[in-house]
Formats: sequence, structure tokens, C-alpha cells
Amino acid sequence: MVATTDTAAPTTASTGDLRAMRPGARHRRGVARWFVLAGAVVVALAMLAPFVIMVLNAVKSPAEYSQDGPLSLPSHLYLDGVLNFWNRVDFPVKLWNSFFISAIVAVAGTLISLLNAYAIGIGRIKGRLWIVMIFLLANMLPQEALIYPLFDMARQVGLSNSQWSVIIIFTVIQSAFGTYLLASVLGTFPPALLEAAALDGAGRWRILWNVVFPIVRPTLGVLMIFFFIWTWNEFFIPLVMLTTNDTQTIPIALASLQGDRMMDAPTTNAGALISLLPALIFFLLFQRTLTRGVTAGAVK
Amino acid sequence: MPAPVVTRARRRRPAWLPYLPYLIPGAVLFVVVIGYPLFTNVYISLYSWRGGLAPLQWVGFGNYAELWQDSAFWTSFQNSVAMIIAMVVVPTLIGLVLAAVLFDYLGRRFGGRAAAVLRATYYLPQILPVAVAGVLWNWILNSQTGALNVILRGLGVENPPNWLGDPSAALPSVMLVLIWVQIGYPVVIFMAALQRVDPELHEAAELDGAGWWRRFRAITIPQIRPETFVVTLTCTVAALKVFGPIYVLTRGGPESSTLVPSYYSYLNFFDKSRVGYGAAVATVLTVVIILVAAVILSLQARAERREEAGH
Repeated sequence: MVATTDTAAPTTASTGDLRAMRPGARHRRGVARWFVLAGAVVVALAMLAPFVIMVLNAVKSPAEYSQDGPLSLPSHLYLDGVLNFWNRVDFPVKLWNSFFISAIVAVAGTLISLLNAYAIGIGRIKGRLWIVMIFLLANMLPQEALIYPLFDMARQVGLSNSQWSVIIIFTVIQSAFGTYLLASVLGTFPPALLEAAALDGAGRWRILWNVVFPIVRPTLGVLMIFFFIWTWNEFFIPLVMLTTNDTQTIPIALASLQGDRMMDAPTTNAGALISLLPALIFFLLFQRTLTRGVTAGAVK
Repeated sequence: MPAPVVTRARRRRPAWLPYLPYLIPGAVLFVVVIGYPLFTNVYISLYSWRGGLAPLQWVGFGNYAELWQDSAFWTSFQNSVAMIIAMVVVPTLIGLVLAAVLFDYLGRRFGGRAAAVLRATYYLPQILPVAVAGVLWNWILNSQTGALNVILRGLGVENPPNWLGDPSAALPSVMLVLIWVQIGYPVVIFMAALQRVDPELHEAAELDGAGWWRRFRAITIPQIRPETFVVTLTCTVAALKVFGPIYVLTRGGPESSTLVPSYYSYLNFFDKSRVGYGAAVATVLTVVIILVAAVILSLQARAERREEAGH
């Protein structure tokens, strides 16, 4: 798992397992615990501060900003920043571009991972250790070591500035991780199930879809969510491959407005706020599924 | 006569062979998108090339020889060390302490709910696109209109630092932003790891009179070593590859003070049109990453072996 910085993981979802540790009566005494709590809360506030400043200033007029500074509550809702950003980057187009690319990569990447892992984990292909090693290694490669040839190839086949070039590239990059993870999951698949299905006369293709697929579906779901979020948050390859306004994704659109004269405080903050909302919403929707995934992937 | 040969050949046909077709789509895509470009990149690094339709000019190891004497190249790898401090060392150490405090101190004294809320807060920066976080921080740290300096001036500081514009302040500022981004990842992984640790170990040690700090060092840290390796490996690789935050925060400046290898190769590819040179930077970075990963993996293997021998 190399995509670390963008590794999505759980938040409040596993209160379930945390609830197991009931506050013990013998720990209930002492003042020290309040100091420790205060320390942890201070760290939390430091983590939250940029978000609070962003929200406050996304809806505060420039005049009020220069007069009262970044910490004051806005006296009224100033929505020009939001509108400026929305219209300037044509936000619905960017939202669709990000969604379109990430969704196809999530599905295609998971499918390729499953096929690869079926051959490696269940077919026990010769040299599978090497194959898994190569996939793992591919995950660590810096994208800079691939980008110029990819950029050139896309131009030669008429895919420059095409979302399909980005989709194909990320399908492969994500499935390299997916193959690595799924191959180890399928390596422990109960052989009895496979033998029973084979005795019933099921072929390899039918065993894959009728026996293996239903059992690993939860893992595939987690993988799909990871691929979606990782692709959504990607920066370098879309920056290079997508060169015009109608093809770009949300992070690229926001970054390319930097230094623009219209980017005053409310516009910058509103832009950042709108740009992170989809990721936040998506994350909240799926955090329960992800909690299971991260703990499964961590010690592999 | 030929009949037994055929059956023998059929019997010898290995069981895995019919599974090979399932690997074909993945393998073809892999070769096209990763194998061939990686190979081509190394090939390009042996040429002087302005890109596009310009002719390639063979220079052998000329680009690499030039790198050896290029101070910007060395600066970029020096800054990689700073990135490792900001993305691996500091977050892992702080993350370990935070996870332990949340899990077996605050969790027990104030309930799991409080610990879960705090953990979610620490994790928040991890879920947003790193470019978006960078744009936000770029504004906060802006010397004239940024939130931080406006606040500082309001407090009476006359000349607040130019956080991202001053060559001596830019690298520490970028490091602070990266620590902020990164810290939630080890906290979450370590908290999951702590749930694996057998509570009886702690209870036994507590009965023997061991304090929290001694139990933390003698029980917790050795028990969660596998996760520590995973975090170290993945974060180190990510730190060596870091690009997005540098691009949106400083573009490697001022005066190359925040230049990193990935941004330097990008600059050569698409800004200076020195494609061969950029390819050489990317190749060196690839080799460095693989070597560093190999070292970490072998350390992990050795630690595991030692543990097995100890038991």
C-alpha cells in the first residue's frame, strides 16, 4: 500500500470495538487524566483550525476580512466567493469529470485485480511469487518515471488531453495494488468449496463468478471505494495529461486558479471548501465499509 | 507408438496452465502502461532530447554525469530527507503516542466515544485531496493577505515571517503542513494495532507495579512492530515521491529551497524541455525508492526472524 498519503481509513466507525473498553472504576480517580485529555483536545483543535478558518472566510466579504481579520464570525453570508469559483471553473463539469474518471477506474481496476488474483491465488500460476513482487514494486514507482513516455504514447494514439488515457493509466496503477492484496486473500480460499464446485461440473469461469465472487464481494467493495477515493485525489498524472478546462478534474481546477487575480480570500476558501466536500461526503457514506478494509490490509 | 507420448504430455500439463488466460488482460495492460514506459524512460535518459518531434541525441551516461555535478539535484535529495522527517519520523512518533494515549488512557477513563471522536479529528486532513489542502495552506501562509500573518499582525507582530517566500522559512513551513496532513494515518493504523494486543499482558505488568510509560515501552511497542513497519515503508515511499503539496505550496522555490526530485524531473520534462535530463532524475529517484524499500523490507524480515528465534 504505497498510496499512503491518500490511504483512506476509518474514523468514528469503530466506536463498536472501542466501546469494549469500558471506563474502569479504578481509573476514574485523579486529576492527571484531565491534563492528558486537554492535551489531546489541543492537538485536535490544531488539526481543525485550518478547516474552521476556511469555513469562516469562505462566506465573509473581502471588506470584512480586511477589517476584522480571519477569526471573526461573518456578519452576513457572503456568497460571491462561492459563485465566483463555481462559475469560473464551471464546477458541475469538473465534478462530473472527477466522478466519471474515478468511477470507471474503481470498477475496471477491481475487475482486473480480481482476474489477476484468480490466476495467482487460486490458479497458483507458476512464478506467482515473482508476479506478486512485480505488482508490489510497480506500486512504489514514482509516476515521474512513467509520465513522459505515457504522455508521448497518448499523443501517438490520439488520446492526448483525453480522460480515457487517465482512466487506463489509473486502472493499471490501482489494480497493481489490488492484485497484491486480493492474491493473498484468494490464496487462503477454502479448497473444499472449489473442489465441490468442480465435482458439480462447473468450469473455471463459472467457479470464478458463482463461487469465488460472492465470497470475496465485501473485499471487492472495499477495494472499489479505495480506488475511487485514490483516483479522485490524484494530482500529478491528471495535471500532465488533462490540459484543457473541459477535461480537468476538481483538484487540478483549483490548483490552476492559484495566483489568479480573482482569487481573493473568499474565493480561495470557497473553492477549497467546495472542492473537498465531495471527498468528505463520499467518505462519510462509506466509512463503515472502510473500517473493515483498513484493518484487513494493514498487516498483510 | 505416439499415443503414450500424448497421454504423458497431457498428464504433465500443469494444473495452473488453464488459469493463464485470466492473467492476460492484466498482464498486457501492465506491460503497456508500466513496463514499456518505465523501460522507455531509462532509454530516454541516455539521450539529449527536447521532446516531441525533436531528434534524440545519444549522450550515453552524460545526463547522469551532469546530475552528479548539479547542485539543484543534490538539494532535491537533501530535501527528500526533510520530507522523510516530516512525513515519516515525526508523524510516526507523535502518532504512536497519540494512539496509545487515546486507546489505553483516554479510552479507559473517558470512554471509547471520546477516543473515537478525537481519532476522527486527527484523521480529517487525510481524506481530502492533497492539492486542495495545499491550496488552503498556501493562502493561510501567504505573507500579505494570509490568515496567519493577519492574525500575527493583529497581535502586534510587526514583521511576521514570509512563511513560503523566505528561503529559510519555506522548508520548515512545508514540513509543518505535511505533518498536519500525515499525522492521522499512523494514529488510525496504530489504534487498530493496539486492539490486537492482549490486555492480560498489561494487567500482569500492572500488578507487577509497572507504570504506564514502562508498559508502553516494554509491551505496546514490541507488540505493534508489524504495523510500525507498514507505516514506515508506505510513508517513506510516499515521502520520496511527494509532488502535489510542493507544486501547490511553493513550486520548489524560493531559490530551490523546497525542491524535491519529483518536482525537479517534472520541471525538466515540461518546463525546461530537457526531457532526457528529467528522465535521468526520474530514473535515479526510482532506484533510490527501490533501494530504500528493500532496506526497510529486509530489516523487517530480520526483526521477524529474531522474534521467532527468541520465542
